[in-house]
Amino acid sequence: MIDKPLVTVEDLTVKFVSRETTVHAVSGVSFTLDKGEVLGILGESGSGKSVTLRALMRLLPPGKTRIAGRIEIARQDVMALDTAGLSRLRGATVAMIFQEPMTALDPVFTIGQQIVEAIVQHEGGSRADAKRRALELLERVQIPSARRRLDAYPHQLSGGLRQRAMIAIALSCRPALLLADEPTTALDATVQIQILLLLRNLQQELGMAMIFVTHDLGAAVEVSHQIAVMYAGRFVERGAVAEVVRHPRHPYTEGLMGSTVHEVEKGTRLTPIRGSPPNLAALPPGCSFAPRCPYVIPRCERAIPELRPIASGGYHPHATRCIRSELVGHPETITA
Amino acid sequence: MLNYIIRRILYTIPIAIGVSLVVFGLVHLAPGDPLSAVMGEVDQKMLAEMRASFGYDKPLPVQYLLWLGNSLTGDMGYSLRTGAPVFRTLIDSAVNTMMIGVAASLLGFVVGVTMGMLAGYHHGTWLDKAVSSATITGVSIPHYWLAILLVIVFSVQFGWLPSMGAGSAASMWSWEAWQHMILPVIALAAIPCAIVARTARACVMEILSMEFVEALRARGLSERRILLHVSRNAMPTVLAVMGLQFAHLLGGSILVETVFTWPGTGYLLNLAIFDRDIPVLQGTILLLALFFVSINLVVDILQTWADPRISRG
Repeated sequence: MIDKPLVTVEDLTVKFVSRETTVHAVSGVSFTLDKGEVLGILGESGSGKSVTLRALMRLLPPGKTRIAGRIEIARQDVMALDTAGLSRLRGATVAMIFQEPMTALDPVFTIGQQIVEAIVQHEGGSRADAKRRALELLERVQIPSARRRLDAYPHQLSGGLRQRAMIAIALSCRPALLLADEPTTALDATVQIQILLLLRNLQQELGMAMIFVTHDLGAAVEVSHQIAVMYAGRFVERGAVAEVVRHPRHPYTEGLMGSTVHEVEKGTRLTPIRGSPPNLAALPPGCSFAPRCPYVIPRCERAIPELRPIASGGYHPHATRCIRSELVGHPETITA
Repeated sequence: MLNYIIRRILYTIPIAIGVSLVVFGLVHLAPGDPLSAVMGEVDQKMLAEMRASFGYDKPLPVQYLLWLGNSLTGDMGYSLRTGAPVFRTLIDSAVNTMMIGVAASLLGFVVGVTMGMLAGYHHGTWLDKAVSSATITGVSIPHYWLAILLVIVFSVQFGWLPSMGAGSAASMWSWEAWQHMILPVIALAAIPCAIVARTARACVMEILSMEFVEALRARGLSERRILLHVSRNAMPTVLAVMGLQFAHLLGGSILVETVFTWPGTGYLLNLAIFDRDIPVLQGTILLLALFFVSINLVVDILQTWADPRISRG
């Protein structure tokens, strides 16, 4: 069973349908993830990364959403699960942590009650046992004076502690896969790093697989093994972290690097990506990045480029959705 | 928490004093002499004697203090109309009002919360639409009109239920006593029920749109557990609204009690107004005002308990 991946997603498509428009939030995402492996999904707001996460758990409101494709997690066909099956999957096999812990925790239940509730729901057993586990979990996520915090309400904790508490709830039933939806975005810079390191340590100690969604390149690099860059509902580049960061082969990835502060020397100008993300209700027929791309040629606008491998070998072969990938990194070749 | 409760109780004292001042002032602001209205044409000497015996010849502030002091000891004077002690009369009618008030609150609360929560939870379905139109009807129909309608249908047409009074049963735990309560209780419950249902529906819909509900689903909790979380979150708001409705109902409804000649505070107030029976009028209004003050106190305390975010240390 070693060779069977924990997560297989094939051609995942998510549309939000309303009377007036159809928004193509995710258009054909495929990937696999092994046990204990971390996939970072990088993209700006509205690129479909959070929707992809929610689709994996089928959390999106069924009335307005059309999901297609194949999702298999721990050898279960997620698309075929009924309500009871989904309940068993969520929280136990797959857990999720959210961006804003203040709004993602129930404000009128204590942290302890919320952990105990999850444990009792999935594993049964007595509340006393569950409470003991809850205490261990709070200690595990390094919440100081954990015993006292069990009886705390979310609003009584600081942002960092709240996020730790949410991680504790997510870990309460030892999930095989943790979905992290921008877990550090809402936090202070110093706390961000602590939470990031905590997540990485827990992921390694527990051997969990994780999908880490963020728009923060630094955070994605810190925790991920493979990275996928998402734009307008599609993966535009994918590969091992070091490879993608060192040799970006898609103009959008290159643009992201150019507009972050991380590795740019002082005094160098940041180069923002011009234009704005496309309207997901009216996507262009060709490459969706073409309108903003410095390397664009007429052929780009004719058809959507395939996600094609550009290097064979390696566990996560580098792939890009750009027909002029060999030019990326050489802006001097642009002919105006 | 205890600290807060004690402080909150102390706060009600100045409020109660203010209320008593207003009650006393309002009644005495009305033009005309209370006694002349009751006595009719009598000679001036006798009127003056009567005034002195009721204490109406003293300056108003003195009258107020005397009235307040006596009221605190349970002596609210005697009815100008019947001569019965006001305190006794008030207690009797307050008990009667409380019987239908509590019953109507229970009915309104249980039906209102259930319907409202179901409608909010199944937003957009036929159930939601049915509840929404029922609640709009509920808040729009005048309750005295509903009362008259109930009398026409159930007392006059079918003859199933009595239309007047509280009956003469010795105990309130008898079918005869209950029979008399049914129609007034339904008439009284309609508006609170509709208001509570609307509040609960709006509240549940708002809570369902919050992120933490999605987070609860992501934990794999059953729909029953999620409904529990939603109702716990809706409780403070619904409680506050229900508390006010409850206070209204305990105050008694002049119109509904008059339609059913139910011997409660509302009916008493109605009689006192038409007879210019000042001791009864003052006593009744004071009692109703104090009801409001104390119900608000209880609701505030319940809310602090229901919503931990309301920290009032």
